[in-house]
Amino acid sequence: MNKIIESKFLAKDVKRFVIEAPKIAAKRKPGQFVIVRSNSKGERIPLTIADSDLEKGTITIIVQGIGKSTKEINSFNSGDFFHDVVGPLGQPSHLENFGTAVSIGGGVGAAIAYPTAVGLKQAGNHTISIVGARTKDLVILEEEMRANVDEVYITTDDGSYGFHGFVTQQLQKLIDDGRKIDFVLAIGPIPMMRAIAETTRPYNIKTVVSLNPIMVDGTGMCGGCRATVDNKTVFVCVDGPEFDAHKVDFDLLIKRNKTYTQSEKTAVEHFHQCHYDKVFDLAISENKS
Amino acid sequence: MQTPLSKKDRMKIPRQPMPEQDPDVRNKNFLEVNLGYTEELAVLEAQRCLQCPKPFCVDGCPVGVQIKDFISLVAEGKIAEAAAKIKEDNVLPAVCGRVCPQEEQCEIKCVVGNKNEPVAIGRLERFVADYEREKLGMRLPVCKPKTGKKVAIVGSGPAGLSCAADCIQAGHGVTVFEALHEIGGVLLYGIPEFRLPKDIVKVEVQALEELGVEFRTNAVIGFTDSIDELLTVEGYDAVFIAVGAGLPYFMNIPGENLNGVYSANEFLTRVNLMKAYDFPNHDTPVFDCKGKSVAIFGGGNTAMDAVRTSKRLGAKNAYIVYRRSEIEMPARAEEVHHAKQEGIEFQLLTNPIEFVGTEEGWLTGVKLLKMELGEPDASGRRKPIPIKDSEFILPIDMAVIAIGNGSNPIIQKTTPGLEFNKWGNIVVNSETMLTSREGVFAGGDIVTGGATVILAMGAGRKAAKAINEYLFNKE
Ligand SMILES: Cc1cc2nc3c(=O)[nH]c(=O)nc-3n(C[C@H](O)[C@H](O)[C@H](O)COP(=O)(O)OP(=O)(O)OC[C@H]3O[C@@H](n4cnc5c(N)ncnc54)[C@H](O)[C@@H]3O)c2cc1C
Ligand code: FES
Repeated sequence: MNKIIESKFLAKDVKRFVIEAPKIAAKRKPGQFVIVRSNSKGERIPLTIADSDLEKGTITIIVQGIGKSTKEINSFNSGDFFHDVVGPLGQPSHLENFGTAVSIGGGVGAAIAYPTAVGLKQAGNHTISIVGARTKDLVILEEEMRANVDEVYITTDDGSYGFHGFVTQQLQKLIDDGRKIDFVLAIGPIPMMRAIAETTRPYNIKTVVSLNPIMVDGTGMCGGCRATVDNKTVFVCVDGPEFDAHKVDFDLLIKRNKTYTQSEKTAVEHFHQCHYDKVFDLAISENKS
Repeated sequence: MQTPLSKKDRMKIPRQPMPEQDPDVRNKNFLEVNLGYTEELAVLEAQRCLQCPKPFCVDGCPVGVQIKDFISLVAEGKIAEAAAKIKEDNVLPAVCGRVCPQEEQCEIKCVVGNKNEPVAIGRLERFVADYEREKLGMRLPVCKPKTGKKVAIVGSGPAGLSCAADCIQAGHGVTVFEALHEIGGVLLYGIPEFRLPKDIVKVEVQALEELGVEFRTNAVIGFTDSIDELLTVEGYDAVFIAVGAGLPYFMNIPGENLNGVYSANEFLTRVNLMKAYDFPNHDTPVFDCKGKSVAIFGGGNTAMDAVRTSKRLGAKNAYIVYRRSEIEMPARAEEVHHAKQEGIEFQLLTNPIEFVGTEEGWLTGVKLLKMELGEPDASGRRKPIPIKDSEFILPIDMAVIAIGNGSNPIIQKTTPGLEFNKWGNIVVNSETMLTSREGVFAGGDIVTGGATVILAMGAGRKAAKAINEYLFNKE
């Protein structure tokens, strides 16, 4: 059981949790993740470690409520407990001084890219961050990015804040402006990562993406997280999660991530039904008393 | 006292069948298939034992359970004493009575078997262990006075649990580190409830807790702590590595990453550990088998477990696809027999060459090739050879690959100076289970490659003995 010390919504459906996990806080490196379970019947959900505090013995994770499990997690508040937290898992990001390094985060991907962006800065890079969101209210971690990297660009799909357009267009703009870019890290929805890979491919810019397949154990025991990179099968949980963007089979990843779409619908309906039943029971018992 | 039966009378008693759930009922539930002997049946079966002066059956047991002696106690109705006798050599009899391949270990050596069917040693072991657990309650052994030494055990499968039992009784502090969120290893996440009820494993774990063993789940050694940190920062005096096999092999044929293709580890973990059979009450889903056709590739216990699980999840057609013939199947004979009774279809001498699927990435079938048996290969089994132009497509919606496990590389990558062989198994002294590192011992599947519960348990006990000697001599 791991206690939640702090919790806060950063945007609609996106919540940040600071949780007690001293061992993981002491060990983790940028790019690594944990697997959490919200309760004793819960799924094992992989989440990137966004930050850690060695002294307080805490780690920070940022959760986007999409399915049943993540929605349930986002109903947790400080003082509540995660049933299980295991980690740090996966290979740390490869951090070196490339020269100029651009980290790109789409949606909640900004949170996942954040620790590596900071690591790239510490490794001596000139760091540029592009933070993309659908609309202004969904932009997250802007302040933290501004405090820790050299240049920050915000893009919104609807133009409500920053550059009006996609993160790829902002990246293309930097390239067209003649900026010398040596390294790109892109984390976000799969179509976004694929588009970034295609943007940098003609220029031969070293590009890394962090993959998010469905996982179970996270230790290489089940092979559920397999993906194809450079025409070879990899287990993302132990071989990754970061891979050369120009070699990833994104189509396969998209297809495999749809394995449980139908079950997910059932789970969400079941969740709402139980939730509704609880509220209903409560109303009845209150009526009785 | 009754007059003892003559040898002739004993030989006249037929082998007592195991009461079991009806096949057509049990293939729709996850309750245990075998119901166990009653006391009457057990005593009758025990009377079949000839009490040979030189019991060959004991030689067949990898840990040397005193079979003749415990069976004689059962025949006399002294079940508690029989339980104590078994426990001298086997700390997990309720488990082993259920999952050991008795037909190729002890029972194959049974002299009664030369003429009639052998004495049902496994069923008797199971009866005695269940009787003890249910009727007498767990009797905890007495631990020696505290030594002040600490042992770290990595992995909570049968090897880790048996080593923990012996080390705590020797007076050491014992901590078991487990990567998953529950204790038990393959006994928990691999072998299904219908063959090994999880409550049996839980009772064993509780007994160890009561003796003072500390269990730390969610601890992936190599990541959360390294072996070296256990020995230095954490102050353990010895480490026993029992992390199992834990790296699923795939077949490396086209289409293997289609949706609906699973490793046996993933399929069984989802169903057993994560309880996907109870979705959506439990959150983890698994492929919806209802009314579907599924094929499991392999011929071992894992394959039988996976195929029978899929049937219980509602599969209409559930196939075993195996490239050799039935006699070469490594699975326990009872599992193959039960699978057939439950309506599993066997596609023998068939080998998959490609998975086929839709544009959207869903599995629709598997291309198979018929085989015939040639000369024996290195394993001594006749080698399957493809028959020309025998290709055909079997339409399936789900596939489970159960062709074995390699070694998980996490420990290898994070433990300098630890010697491994070319298959990634830890190299040990076969008597002491000591590795190339001082104070570091290893046993179970990580040393042997995928083997059996009883061998893992035996290795755990051997290691415990050597650890106790090592710690006794250590300043
Ligand atoms: C489906 C299936 C059916 C089987 N049926 C039978 C049968 O009928 N009869 C039989 O005799 N044998 C059977 N076997 C084989 C038997 O289960 C194994 O040989 C036995 O469990 C091996 O025991 P072990 O203790 O070495 O490892 P395991 O039982 O594999 O336990 C290892 C444990 O270590 C944990 N671990 C791994 N890495 C780490 C790490 N880095 N840090 C911490 N913990 C870690 C794992 O999560 C696991 O819990 C079966 C196996 C399977 C998969
Ligand atoms: S999640 Fe099981 S192997 Fe990666």
